[in-house]
Amino acid sequence: MDFDFSPDQYTLRDEARRFLEAQCPTGHVREFIDDPAGWSSTLWKQMADLGWMGLPFPEELGGLGQSFLDLVLLLGELGRAVAPVPFLSSVAQAGQVLLRHGSAAQRERWLPGIASGEKVATLAIAEAAGSYDDAGVSAVVSGGRLSGEKRYVLDAPIADLFVVAARDGSDVRWFVVEEGADVVTQRSYDLTRPIGSVSFDGAAAEPLEAPGLEPGLGIATAALTAEMVGTASKILDLSVSYAKEREQFGRPIGSFQAIKHKCAEMLTDLESSRSAAFYACWAVATDAEDAPLAVAVAKSYCSDALARLGGEGVQVHGGIAFTWEHDMHLFLKRIKTAEALFGDAAEHRERIAQLAGL
Amino acid sequence: MDLSQSPSEQGFRAEVRAWIEKNLPEGWGTPAFKDPRSFEERVAFSKEWEAKLAKDGWVGIHWPKEYGGRGASYMEQIIFHEEMARARAPQLFINFVGTNLAGPTIMAHGTEEQKKRYLPPILSMEEIWCQGFSEPNAGSDLANVQTRAEDKGDHFVVNGQKIWTSFAHVADWCLLLCRTDTSVAKHKGLSYLLVDMKLPGIDPRPLKQITGDAEFNEVFFTDCVVPKEYLLGEMNMGWSYANTTLSHERGPAFLGHQIRFRNVLRDLFEAAKKTERDGVPVSEHPAFRQKLAAAYAELEIMRYIGLRNITSILKHGRPGTEGSVAKLYWSHMVRRMQELALSVTGPAGALDGEDAMGRGQWQRGYLMSFAQTIAAGSTEIQKNIISERVLGMPRGEVWAPKGRSGAAGSKGSA
Repeated sequence: MDFDFSPDQYTLRDEARRFLEAQCPTGHVREFIDDPAGWSSTLWKQMADLGWMGLPFPEELGGLGQSFLDLVLLLGELGRAVAPVPFLSSVAQAGQVLLRHGSAAQRERWLPGIASGEKVATLAIAEAAGSYDDAGVSAVVSGGRLSGEKRYVLDAPIADLFVVAARDGSDVRWFVVEEGADVVTQRSYDLTRPIGSVSFDGAAAEPLEAPGLEPGLGIATAALTAEMVGTASKILDLSVSYAKEREQFGRPIGSFQAIKHKCAEMLTDLESSRSAAFYACWAVATDAEDAPLAVAVAKSYCSDALARLGGEGVQVHGGIAFTWEHDMHLFLKRIKTAEALFGDAAEHRERIAQLAGL
Repeated sequence: MDLSQSPSEQGFRAEVRAWIEKNLPEGWGTPAFKDPRSFEERVAFSKEWEAKLAKDGWVGIHWPKEYGGRGASYMEQIIFHEEMARARAPQLFINFVGTNLAGPTIMAHGTEEQKKRYLPPILSMEEIWCQGFSEPNAGSDLANVQTRAEDKGDHFVVNGQKIWTSFAHVADWCLLLCRTDTSVAKHKGLSYLLVDMKLPGIDPRPLKQITGDAEFNEVFFTDCVVPKEYLLGEMNMGWSYANTTLSHERGPAFLGHQIRFRNVLRDLFEAAKKTERDGVPVSEHPAFRQKLAAAYAELEIMRYIGLRNITSILKHGRPGTEGSVAKLYWSHMVRRMQELALSVTGPAGALDGEDAMGRGQWQRGYLMSFAQTIAAGSTEIQKNIISERVLGMPRGEVWAPKGRSGAAGSKGSA
């Protein structure tokens, strides 16, 4: 029985935290928040030098030969820093879909660019229906040409490659589109990461070899929960240290049970979410039998509990967190956006109901 | 990360499973089986069941072999609890205090003579124990115990009142926390006495609880003369010993509990499929379906927390951060689940007992769920502990002596 990360994985986490605290303080994040398509290409290049984008890919494809599980704590650190880089979408989501669904030739064609960070890939799933499953997909590929409109595509304005959920007859599967995507940059609620809608009107689309959206979609969703846990941990840390420093009535507000009990609830929400996210990541990485359930449990629970935690983080800070200058809203908006994407709590609970035989 | 089981763990699991299959009470788990309901029925039933377990060495499996246990490893204990839960086998009831609280405390702090005298009859079930901790004014503030044991040379004279004492009226012995020195700070003047419940001056009175059952007692001690040899370990060390006792309240049964809660939720799912609201089964009614699924998710997460907890204990010898929030998490999870269960029954929730859905199990379960957030460290105490010890937040109002660890709350029935 070992439901924990390895010493190497913890070492990487610690190194990542030190690196991001030095290179990606919120001052750096704020350089990009006014531009809807803004992102930190300088940070991205530094991360490439560290080899992070290559971590989960085979060595023969330019990677470091590690596994998806080696990404989990790193995703958390990037979430803590609200790092304005497309690591989640390109490496942990689209890259993993390509790795798990692509043929050998397809992997050789696209993964080296992703593993080096030269290319940015992203998943395009949701449409007007707003759901992240087969039923929500009406984009169609016919004769190798894709038509349809995708929404809420993370990092769409900066992506080189779209991995798109689309219909091939009655089956839904992943297709890769390199040319001919019409991207409209939209204003993201999350100021630290661009988002957009993407239209395809007869774009050349190549089907990935393995049919269906799973396990790729489950991996992508689990990766998002791992990142959410990191962002939430930062909110809790900020709240606790503020409560220790901020004085009212002649003593730190953190000495009042009204505040400290709130922080204890936040920690409970964080640790239970962390347990769920880690288990989902383990389940998708090992193709465990209960992986679909674990993903739905993690995303439904993290969506609710971590959004609640974010709100309480603002409340603990009081008026100061209501200001644009204070960083809290950067973290809160990241969480609230993640809550909505890749299936919200209600969508995943319906999935749980079905899997649990209700 | 590796969640697989070793061959020896699998072998142990098969052994436990085979024993349970062969020994479960006749008809257990079938609708024909009439569950013991009153306290007297439950005591009689559990005495028979637990004696059967004891005979084949399945009571106190975590005890070292030299004291009659199996010396079961941590993983084996977990597996034992899981298998018992999976089979919906009756839970340890009458002998819980003896095997899980009194026994380990005597093992840790008793003299060799005391160990030889008291430990064997616990495992053989010849002697039943109760735990005299809480008092009317010593609940969350356990160190405030007022029951006095006056040192009279060769004996103590005990006066005072205990409360929430499970099994006191059927117990042979009491693990009694009492004050032996009134001149020092409150947690420094406590001692443990091993008290024969047949001594004159002890009056247990059953305490009827909100379910209508009387599992607990108030116990009154009036000029009760307790021989000196009944002192456990050293004088005035009771507070530190109490921490040993309370550290045995939870632990390897965690995943077993999770499975028992899952059994309850499974029953609730079945009830939801059979109950209609607005012309559809409750299980498909949008107002309920989401909540049922949420309950399922929360229950799964309790298992994941348990897996992290076990890993931390195996690797580092102590729980990690997940362990400190575990009780707060699952106790409120159970409260929500039982609230949901009553709402699923709809207007039938207005009935109770034999007239109610499931013979009143949801009505009773709802009431019993309050025990989870009150006993063994109330929610409010848990939040104090978490915020101060884990998050390092400043102490505000003085609510417990400094340096106190683990001893939050005082009722050992979790």
